[in-house]
Amino acid sequence: MSSERTEQIDVRYVAKLARIDLNEAECETFQEQLSAILGYIDTLKDLDLDTTDTEGQPAVDDNYLREDVSRPSLSQEDLLRNAPESAKGQVRVPKVVDA
Amino acid sequence: MELSNQSITSLRKQLTSGDICSADIIGSLANAIEKKDGEIGAYLSHDLDAARKAAKTADLSLPLGGIPIAIKDNINVKGQPCSCASRFLDGSYTSPYDATVISKLRAAGAILYGRTNMDEFAMGSTTENSALGNTRNPHDLTRAPGGSSGGSAAAVASHSAIAALGSDTGGSIRQPASYCGVVGLKPSYGRVSRYGLVAFASSLDQIGPITQNVEDSALLLNTISGRDAMDATSLEQPDTDFTQGLNDGVAGMKLGLPKEYFGDGIDPAVRHQVDESIKKLESAGAELVEISLPHTEYAVATYYIIAPAEASSNLSRFDGVRYGNRVENPNDIIDLYRRSREQGFGPEVKRRIILGTYVLSSGYYDAYYNKAQKVKGLIKRDFENAYQKVDAILSPVTPNVAPVIGADKDNPLQQYLADIFTISANLAGICGISVPCGKVTSESGSQLPVGLQILGPHMGEQAILKVARAVESSD
Repeated sequence: MSSERTEQIDVRYVAKLARIDLNEAECETFQEQLSAILGYIDTLKDLDLDTTDTEGQPAVDDNYLREDVSRPSLSQEDLLRNAPESAKGQVRVPKVVDA
Repeated sequence: MELSNQSITSLRKQLTSGDICSADIIGSLANAIEKKDGEIGAYLSHDLDAARKAAKTADLSLPLGGIPIAIKDNINVKGQPCSCASRFLDGSYTSPYDATVISKLRAAGAILYGRTNMDEFAMGSTTENSALGNTRNPHDLTRAPGGSSGGSAAAVASHSAIAALGSDTGGSIRQPASYCGVVGLKPSYGRVSRYGLVAFASSLDQIGPITQNVEDSALLLNTISGRDAMDATSLEQPDTDFTQGLNDGVAGMKLGLPKEYFGDGIDPAVRHQVDESIKKLESAGAELVEISLPHTEYAVATYYIIAPAEASSNLSRFDGVRYGNRVENPNDIIDLYRRSREQGFGPEVKRRIILGTYVLSSGYYDAYYNKAQKVKGLIKRDFENAYQKVDAILSPVTPNVAPVIGADKDNPLQQYLADIFTISANLAGICGISVPCGKVTSESGSQLPVGLQILGPHMGEQAILKVARAVESSD
């Protein structure tokens, strides 16, 4: 199933993009498993898609747009009940910008 | 009296005639759960006291009045946990709202009392990826119930649920239904609102029923389907009673057998059961037509680009800010994201987020995601062409019977490849149903169910329910 072109995925780099810390063991396992999966995915290379016109075919053909009007929604209180930390009606996070 | 082993239809008759009351059903259900769920592990949580209370005020005039329905743990029910079988949400999240399917079930009189186990965030095909415990196949406790809706299927199969809802992104309703010997329906894309379903792959996800028989499946579809302003992909549709015409039979119907689905790689014992049930449909008057779905061999690769790509985007909401797991003492906001996600997600979820992030990343987007979208279109066209010639398509649901727990634990690719017969329906947006069609004796002597899959055109649920009913009644 392996092909000559299979790009080597850099798991550490992609994990950084995905905002997930991985330990050494996970990096190694994923490197191996994802390389196998990507090797398999490369079977799509056999298909000549240059003349294919099915790109961007929506899963459903109808598009529903609604009126831009406000309507009742969940209360701030209900939503904050699930927040790990909140203060003054807001979700609390570590400082994001330096003053 | 044991009631939890009866169908919705049968229970409804006894409820409306006054022979039983809803509390009797809850009582029987509680007994079954107490007796069996210790070893099956189908439920993550349940509240039978609340169900007993709800039973007292059940409005029996409604179509599902007094009937308890189990819910997969990725569908929001107001006031109940919704953990997606993940440590990320377990113990810290309570649903502040009802999913649309839940509002519809409530309006129809159903009682929502329990949450069923699943692969974490619906990623998996054995329920072994649940972070919150194992579910075992009621037909053989050494085997998996399938997945990702394994808890729902195992609950119905062990009669510790009357019926359940699951979700299907690549086969997650049909495959566990097949492994557990119950009926699982994946409705057409757009048939049922996903508002309140925790999104996995938005262009593929559908909610559907897992039931003891075909009539119950139709009955639940009546309740949960319909256009919903809260899900822009749900479709306007005529009001249909899917229970009508179920027993009309298959005489005169054209049923397609895709040659790509009947090649090598199917367990001969499974193949035998499937062939036998197809023969019965032929004797009942259906015309069998060999067809071709030429892009079948590309379906798994296409799916494992699109589904992880969409998952990596959908699961970015689990960042430790608004709900769920948050790491202690983060250095900064990025550290909070990275370590909260590391702690909260299990290996399969991480693997798919990494894969999805990779195929969407700069320089690879065209080679993977765009290409997969084109192939998805080709797969959809294959089915459209096929439905010019046939009314429905028949195939196995899976190449094998339920796997032994732990069998493919370290080989995700091997697990992915077993999805071959179910994922095309999600890519094409069509409907599919799994109906029991016999059993196979395992090496240890257990009797393992086999399912027949019936695939119908987009919004063609009535046809596949009718064929499924014919399979069911030929047993």
